[in-house]
Amino acid sequence: MQTEKMTQENIIRADMHRKRIRYAFAFILIGVLFCILTILNINSGSVDISIKEIISIIFRREGDPTAYNIIWQIRMPRIIMAALLGGALSLSGFLLQTFFRNPIAGPFILGISSGAKMVVAFTMIYFLEYFGRISSLTLVFAAFIGSMASMGFILLLSRKINSMSVLLIGGIMIGYICSAVTDFVVTFADDTDIVNLHGWSLGSFSGMSWENFWISFAIVGIVFLLVFFLSKPIGAYQLGEAYAQSMGVNIKLFRVILILLSSILSACVTAFAGPISFVGIAVPQLVKRLLNTSKPLVVVPAVFFGGAVFCMFCDLVARTAFAPTELNISTVTSIFGAPIVIWIMLRRQKGGLE
Amino acid sequence: MSYYFETRDLAVGYHGKPLIKDISIGVEPGEIITLIGPNGSGKSTILKSITKQLSAIAGTVYIGKDELNKMTYKDVAKKVAVVLTERIKPELMTCRDVVASGRYPYTGRMGILTEEDEEKVNDAMKKVNALDLSSKSFDAISDGQKQKVLLARAICQEPEIIVLDEPTSFLDIRHKVDLLNVLREMARENSTTVIMSLHEIELAYKMSDKLLCVKGDHIEHYGTVEEIFSKERIKELYDLNDETFEMYFSSINFYD
Repeated sequence: MQTEKMTQENIIRADMHRKRIRYAFAFILIGVLFCILTILNINSGSVDISIKEIISIIFRREGDPTAYNIIWQIRMPRIIMAALLGGALSLSGFLLQTFFRNPIAGPFILGISSGAKMVVAFTMIYFLEYFGRISSLTLVFAAFIGSMASMGFILLLSRKINSMSVLLIGGIMIGYICSAVTDFVVTFADDTDIVNLHGWSLGSFSGMSWENFWISFAIVGIVFLLVFFLSKPIGAYQLGEAYAQSMGVNIKLFRVILILLSSILSACVTAFAGPISFVGIAVPQLVKRLLNTSKPLVVVPAVFFGGAVFCMFCDLVARTAFAPTELNISTVTSIFGAPIVIWIMLRRQKGGLE
Repeated sequence: MSYYFETRDLAVGYHGKPLIKDISIGVEPGEIITLIGPNGSGKSTILKSITKQLSAIAGTVYIGKDELNKMTYKDVAKKVAVVLTERIKPELMTCRDVVASGRYPYTGRMGILTEEDEEKVNDAMKKVNALDLSSKSFDAISDGQKQKVLLARAICQEPEIIVLDEPTSFLDIRHKVDLLNVLREMARENSTTVIMSLHEIELAYKMSDKLLCVKGDHIEHYGTVEEIFSKERIKELYDLNDETFEMYFSSINFYD
């Protein structure tokens, strides 16, 4: 009997060890992919720049002025933004999935991105009309108002209706309504505005500036840290609200924080890159399977960097697949993301869950 | 006279409307209190109200010297652990992860378990005889096993009071007996107060020190098992007539 207990404890120890190795493997994999994609992204584009020249431009900050500008003003901000916003989007999806207890909740499918898009479109047209310019911060703020409005509507709906599928349909409908209004506005906007708005309203990482980067870096960075430090209550929340409360989580406060943080993240993404579909659903699921856990302490950073990798990859495809024609980022994320969502639903069916 | 755990003129209910009024009970450490009564009589509502899941409509709950509504959730968590009827469907969590979540009130800001915490998780799992489930996925085990794991989770929260809402539903006889034995052990050895609701009044009779009979809008009786447990009271509580009572409680003649 004694020895049996001992062996059991040994098995548990071995299991824990195996888990750690798996986490390490997952992070290394994401890290390696991140590096590879960064290199591929910098190296590909309509203008051919040799690797030697790229290295010299990046590390020694010298080289042909045209190439220098392409690298520093076009490619670098774009890559970094794709990574940063991709991470933000995935994290936002993870928070929404935690909140709604639904693996296919995400900022796009719940209409939050589209709400942000609509308000940003209005704000953009208004500001360009009367002031001739618009600051990044104003855009983010407008997007935040829009995403909170959609979120508020979804929350009202979730109060009234206790069914996840109806909630998702509600979200999709909000998305359609907001997109329709945005299209309407864009159609009747001035020509010069349309050029900006049209590409943006379909989702794109092109035309990112360093100013965009610093603002979103500050916002996303702070939110990421906050979410990371909320790992503990998020973990408790995964057992359901009643249990979380019984462990000492202040549920009312925690809910508000979750909603605010996920809205800020998706608002920031929409303000700069427009609505991007499927990243928020697909990445957290893939990452959780890869880690084989839902422990927020490891999942939160992995989801963030996984999202970065996924978006860098999708942006690479968007830029190079039919070069010189560039695809919308959502076109690419849908092609890779939608099958993953179908796979998730099939798995759930098989597991006999809900 | 003041008790360790006490409710004074407690009224419980939803949205400010009292369902059950004037609940005044006193409990000492290590006592087992069982709530019995028909379905929908408000047993769960009472249990939610004494664990701060639901705020009381009137009256006060005392744990030790503290008033429940003045305690933070964290304070409550260190004294009271729960096993709920609500089914949980955690994604990609092993049984050990579920049990370990009981250490929540004691771990630091990031919730990382210390060696001591791990030891306590082990002990709790051993206590309910579920150590072998450790690395199994929580959604892959049976209802009986789930209940064991959830009990272990509550145990490693090291509560002074453990509150269980119909812990024996869906369990076979063996699992029921095992579960109740663990509770009895906790009450006797660690002076843990057990407050639970049960449907099986024969188990309530055997297990409890005190019974609380809940019927719709009021408490019908509260007292020790000896004081309360009579045929007439049970018949009244569950609206049984002689025939229906006999149907359920007439002694079964087992053959050897």
